Amino acid sequence: MSIRRRLIVVLGACTVFTLAVMVWAPTVGSTAISLSRVFDRSVGWDSNVDAQIFFVARLPRVLAGALVGATLAAAGVVLQALLRNPLASPFTLGVSAGAALGAMLAVTTRLEFGLLGITSIPLASFAGSLAATAIVYALAASQRRGLSTNVLLLAGVTLNTFFSALILFVQYIADFAEALRAIRWMMGGLEVAGYTPIVAALPFVLLAFGAFAVLPRTLNLLSVGAEAASARGVDVAAAQRLAFFSASLATGAAVSLGGPIGFIGIVVPHLVRLLVGADHRIVLPASALFGASFLVLCDLAARTVMSPLEIPVGVVTALIGGPFFLWLLVKRS
Amino acid sequence: MRVLLLADNVSFRYAAGTPLVVDRVTIRLAEGALTGVLGPNGSGKTTLLRLLSGSRRPTSGRVLLRDRPLDRLTRREAARQIAVVPQETELAFEYTAMEIVLMGRHPHLGVFTVEGAEDVRIAQEAMAATGTGHLTERPFHELSGGEKQRVVIAGALAQSASLLLLDEPTASLDLGYQLDISSLLTRLNQDRGVTMAISTHDLNLAASICRELILMRDGNVIASGPTIDVLTPEHIRRLYDVDADVQVHGHTGHMTVVPVRRTAK
Repeated sequence: MSIRRRLIVVLGACTVFTLAVMVWAPTVGSTAISLSRVFDRSVGWDSNVDAQIFFVARLPRVLAGALVGATLAAAGVVLQALLRNPLASPFTLGVSAGAALGAMLAVTTRLEFGLLGITSIPLASFAGSLAATAIVYALAASQRRGLSTNVLLLAGVTLNTFFSALILFVQYIADFAEALRAIRWMMGGLEVAGYTPIVAALPFVLLAFGAFAVLPRTLNLLSVGAEAASARGVDVAAAQRLAFFSASLATGAAVSLGGPIGFIGIVVPHLVRLLVGADHRIVLPASALFGASFLVLCDLAARTVMSPLEIPVGVVTALIGGPFFLWLLVKRS
Repeated sequence: MRVLLLADNVSFRYAAGTPLVVDRVTIRLAEGALTGVLGPNGSGKTTLLRLLSGSRRPTSGRVLLRDRPLDRLTRREAARQIAVVPQETELAFEYTAMEIVLMGRHPHLGVFTVEGAEDVRIAQEAMAATGTGHLTERPFHELSGGEKQRVVIAGALAQSASLLLLDEPTASLDLGYQLDISSLLTRLNQDRGVTMAISTHDLNLAASICRELILMRDGNVIASGPTIDVLTPEHIRRLYDVDADVQVHGHTGHMTVVPVRRTAK
């Protein structure tokens, strides 16, 4: 099948599936609501409880899940190609640890600041992710030519450990309530208050996806090797920079919205590759779409399985993702 | 013969303060040439090929492609004229052979264009020419070393470039595949007029297919010219510190080299 046909078939199927999940998910919950009543125009907004639950209580959370899921999955694909390592994730390069440290500091210093309706924790975590990105880049770009992917990996992993130690230290000296609040943030969650946080994260995500849109064929070539890519006409240094910064920006925005929700960025790309092959022109958009529905479904499980108790969605993705990841690891060797 | 590629007094070092890996080298590749680059490990062969392909820029000196400075071309423009077959191809993901070959069309495609029927036709033709037409849908990582190398060469051919640079194309192949590759390269050179430069440690391969040789040691060219003039016991001794017996093989008509003993360095 030609690439064009495969794109249409795969992306068409993924889009339909994702949209169906996103419309269905808000109808499920402690109170059952029906779509026909939600969209019943004969009932006014004030008296249409189903519509209020749908649009006010549940849809923002589903949209946040879709946005975070799509972003983390796509960033995972880009970083795996950049590092030529199928086991890399959006959090491999220290972005999430930087974000976590930022959030941690915002919680413990009780600095309450805001910007355009965004509260201090997402702002601080976004700032932390940008700082981590800058540090890792400065280290990896210190070599004269292009990015050293080895240095990127080592710097990212080391920074992760270092930031984790700082987080533990801050937690240790913080009081109990603060520490608990920070730990809860680090479990990941999509309990957004309304649409404002989603709208705030959107420009950064769109900017990153704009870069993702021009990258796929280049990612194919980068995953064959830097020398080979250069010989096939890729400006390797520029492509690596674009991939690194766009994936880091996307990850930072997603983490500021939903916390560091693990495993999406690694499980989804692998599943998609098993189904559709390795061509990034299909893997990248398919992963974004599938990542969106996967996280929405995980969040659905998180809020219904032990209802009325809600499990943090990061725990659900890790419970599914952990064993799956190990299975992949064993299968690879 | 028109000069296709000229490296004019080029030098290269990988980082400031390190020794020159290529030291004031001047070479010409004529249109239609089939040139071998010989030299011991670390003599600068691979680096020289990188300078010729433009994937590295010389520290000093310049490379001209059809009289145009190579560093004025974008990577895309250069890749439409120069294709490279690296020593080894390790994939991070599981592409099919056809996908690898189609990647050769990259410099001919716009950012958002996908390969059309013409690109697929070129790729299929390249696979047919390298005897890999039956492998199209096979995962690349499941292929044998010889098949992989021929698929990679097909990818380079699909680039529709007029110059092909090959870095030790037979290094990890058994005798049968070595012969397959060498006859493939001769055929591509003669039938399609593809100009080639091949770095190799296989003196007999070089003797059998290359019409000119460039001998490198410690970043310098110590001799270059027609194979019959250059491939002498004296040169082989200077190149590898090995005494060798060089004869014209009666049956094949090309020279053969039999290493005899290591000389003192």
